[in-house]
Formats: sequence, structure tokens, C-alpha cells
Amino acid sequence: MDINDLRGLSTLFLMISFIGVCVWAYSSKRKKTFDEAAQLPFADDELNQRTMQEEVRNG
Amino acid sequence: MSELNSALEHPTYNYKVVRQFAIMTVVWGIVGMLVGVLIAAQLAWPALNFDLPWLHFGRLRPLHTNAVIFAFGGCALFCTSYYIVQRTCQARLISDKLAAVTFWGWQLVILGAAVSLPLGLTSGKEYAELEWPIDILIAVVWVLYAIVFFGTIMKRKTEHIYVANWFLGAFIIAVAVLHIINSLAIPVAMTKSYSIYAGTIDAMVQWWYGHNAVGFFLTAGFLGMMYYFVPKQAERPVYSYRLSIVHFWSLVAVYIWAGPHHLHYTALPDWAQSLGMVMSVILLAPSWGGMINGMMTLSGAWHKLRTDPILRFLVVSLSFYGMSTFEGPMMSIKTVNALSHYTDWTIGHVHSGALGWVAMISIGCIYHLIPILFGRERMYSTDLINVHFWMSTIGTVLYIASMWVNGIMQGLMWRAYNQDGTLTYSFVESVAASYPGYLVRVIGGGIFFAGMLVMAYNVYMTTRKDVAPQPAPAAASAA
Repeated sequence: MDINDLRGLSTLFLMISFIGVCVWAYSSKRKKTFDEAAQLPFADDELNQRTMQEEVRNG
Repeated sequence: MSELNSALEHPTYNYKVVRQFAIMTVVWGIVGMLVGVLIAAQLAWPALNFDLPWLHFGRLRPLHTNAVIFAFGGCALFCTSYYIVQRTCQARLISDKLAAVTFWGWQLVILGAAVSLPLGLTSGKEYAELEWPIDILIAVVWVLYAIVFFGTIMKRKTEHIYVANWFLGAFIIAVAVLHIINSLAIPVAMTKSYSIYAGTIDAMVQWWYGHNAVGFFLTAGFLGMMYYFVPKQAERPVYSYRLSIVHFWSLVAVYIWAGPHHLHYTALPDWAQSLGMVMSVILLAPSWGGMINGMMTLSGAWHKLRTDPILRFLVVSLSFYGMSTFEGPMMSIKTVNALSHYTDWTIGHVHSGALGWVAMISIGCIYHLIPILFGRERMYSTDLINVHFWMSTIGTVLYIASMWVNGIMQGLMWRAYNQDGTLTYSFVESVAASYPGYLVRVIGGGIFFAGMLVMAYNVYMTTRKDVAPQPAPAAASAA
């Protein structure tokens, strides 16, 4: 076991992590959650309206 | 008491601090770019330093870079991150007071830079020139920024943390780590300090910082903007949320290793140079993954580009992002770098990212935000946004094209040998040959700067209560 084994292992570790992230992100189990999350920029109109009204009131 | 209850039951957002940062983004953009145009003109006409030490290129260049990156870009990031984190967490900032402290603290940092740099006070580290008292102030403001940002995420009403916040959070954490480690120094006077690192290690720490300032300050932060404002302006969710997750983790994992490509063919060990080169080339994949994700968000809505100049700003900024993240990996390859390094090509590359990507996406976001923050239906003049868009695009193209020509020419002239082994050209011959490029750069940069003045007028007219917006151009006439 020398430093080159460590280098090889770290490459392997990175590759496994990358594949892991891909599998995690693309698993059909999480599709629904992610679809919901993707809608977040459009989900807070009420709060935005209320803020703008309050700012008008306060000048 | 009833007011308190009402605030708890019917929370609102803190738009005040967002508004302050939005206005200062425009102000510092104008100041920083004006200094940029001045030093570009000094390279074409050296007499423009008027033989004054405070106007010397060597002092104004760091003033320009600090002003555009940390004042203009920084205010844009504070502004949009405070806005995005509130709106996607459906929660008010955790503390209005702390947020106000970050605003005034950051303006104080900028003023400190604007005074100390022309006086010649510098620690000599590129993009980290500020002396130790200002460095400490930056660190304090940044920690407060992190508390406000992450505190707001912790009190979120939504289950999920929207992807834009992941990028913004990574930007805040990484910049804190980079700034503190690179700025470690031993003070010898109020205005003088020496880095605790020496020699090659100093160079490596500096470029680990320098490249990740690009990677996290100028990329991850602005990608956070992209993931919120592109869907918002196009009125459709991001093309692939799953791709955005892979994009995030691969980008933050790879960027941190790319720094050594700034030190090719130096005393840095060869293996470190090769590592930096390989990691920089790999970086193409996550960069383009993100660019494609932003672009494809428009699929089915491409016609909006015809009538909406704000969307045009956002999409063209992504095109420049794609172009410069292809150019960067290519330039980090050692054999290409042997030609490009120390030439104007590098400056052209930086500005294709800085003007084309960072500035144009910020400008698009500010145009999106100003009407919301000032309670207006839309910007005062859509036509003027369109004028600004074309000025920015033409200015950027003139700038980068002239620097490509200059850079490749300089690289070729410096490496040209005669048959007897002597150099074909003296250095000053390459300087003389660069003059037309410097002239074109002043013109391109000047046009980009003038566009910012158009923006300032448009923003001012939008904020005025007694002025109604000009009628929106009919969709048919724009087509």
C-alpha cells in the first residue's frame, strides 16, 4: 500500500459519489418532491402582495 | 400587541434592504465601470494618468476590480439572495436589524477600498488587495450575512430548500473560508501587513482563493440568481430540477481544485499544475449542464424573447456563460496556456465572464426587481431596456474580440524566434502592435458603461411617484 493506492481509491470514491448523486436525483421515488420544489418560485404571490400593500400603506 | 399578532399571522417580506442593495448595485456598477473605462483609456493614451500617483494604472486597476466584483457584484448578490431566500422560504429575513448592519457594513467596506487603494495601500494579492483592518470588517459583515441567510432558511415555511438557495448558501460559505484563509497576515502597522504564507505556497493559496472567487462569488452566487429569475421571468419552472441537483454537487466538488491553472510553468510542482489542468477541463461538464438547464427553461417560450428585453438579458448572459466556460477549460490546458498566459487573451476571457455573464444577468435581475420593489407595474421604459441590452451586447463583443486579437498576437510575437535563436520581436514591439486593440477596447467598454447610464435613468424614472410608465410596446410591432 503506497500513496498511489490512495490516489486510485480517491478517484474511485469520487466516481461512486457522482454516480450516487445521479441515482439519488433521478430516482422515480423523488420525482414528486422535486416537481413540487420546482414550483416554489411561483408559490408565494399572497405574501408578496401583502408586502407590497403594506409598503404602500407605510409610504 | 395586536400589531405583533398580525405580524405573526400575516408575515410580510423585508423589501427595504433588498431595495437598498438594488439601488447601490446600479450606483457601484457605474462607478466601477467608469474606473474601468478610465484605465482602458490609460493603456491607449498613457498621459491620462496626469502624472498623479492616485490616478496611476497600478493603483486604479485594483480599484476597478474591487469595485466591479465586490461593490457592483457584491451588492447584486446581497440584493438577490435576500430577495430569493425570503420568497422561496416564504419567510421574512430572520432579523431586519442584522440585515441593515450587513448593508451599511458592506458600504463601509466599499468606501474603505475606494479610499485606501488610490492611496497605494495594498497587500499585493490580486482580488484581495485590501489591508487587514478592512479584511477584518469584511469577515465580520460576511459572518452576519451568513447568519441572516441561513437563519432565514431555518425558519422557512416550505418543506424544501429551493435549489437557488443551495447555490447562494455554497457561495456564502465558500467565500467566508476563502477570504479568511487567504487574508491571514501579520500586521506591522495600521496600513501594512505581511501574508503568513511565503513563496510557492503563497502563490498557491492566492490562486486557490483567486479561482474560487471566480467559482463561488462570480459563478455559484450568480447561478443562484439564474435558478430563480430565469424561471420567474419566463413564467415556467426550471427545465430539470434533477439536473440542477447534479449540477450543484458536481460544480462545488470540482471548482475548488482548478486554481493551479493560474500557475502553469511556474515553480509550482508539475503534478499540481496537471491536477489543476485536468480539474479545469472536467469543469466544462457541470458548467454546461447548468447553462443548458437555464436555456432549456425557455423551451416552449422562446417567443417571449422577441418582446421581453429582460428575458433577453438573462438568456444572453447564459450564452456568454457557456462561451466563457468553454474558453476557460481550453485556456487551462498547458499547451494553450503557453500561448495565452500573460497576454490580453486572459483579460478578454475574464470580461466575457464579467461583462457577458455576471453583469448582464445582474442587470436583467435588477430590471425584474425594481418595479416589484417600488410597487410599479413595470419599468418606466421597456424601449430603454432594449437599448441597454444592445449596448451591453455590442460593448461586450467589441471588448472580447479586441482582446482575442491582441492576446493571440502578443503570444505569437513573444514566442517567435529567428533562425539563430534570438527573439524576433522586442517586447515593446508587441506593445505598439497592441494599440489598435486597446482603442477598440475603450470603445467597447465605453458603450457598455454608457448602457449603465441609460439604466440609471430608467431606474430613476421608475422610482418617481409622479411619473407613469411609458406605454408598453405592442407585441405586434416588436415582432
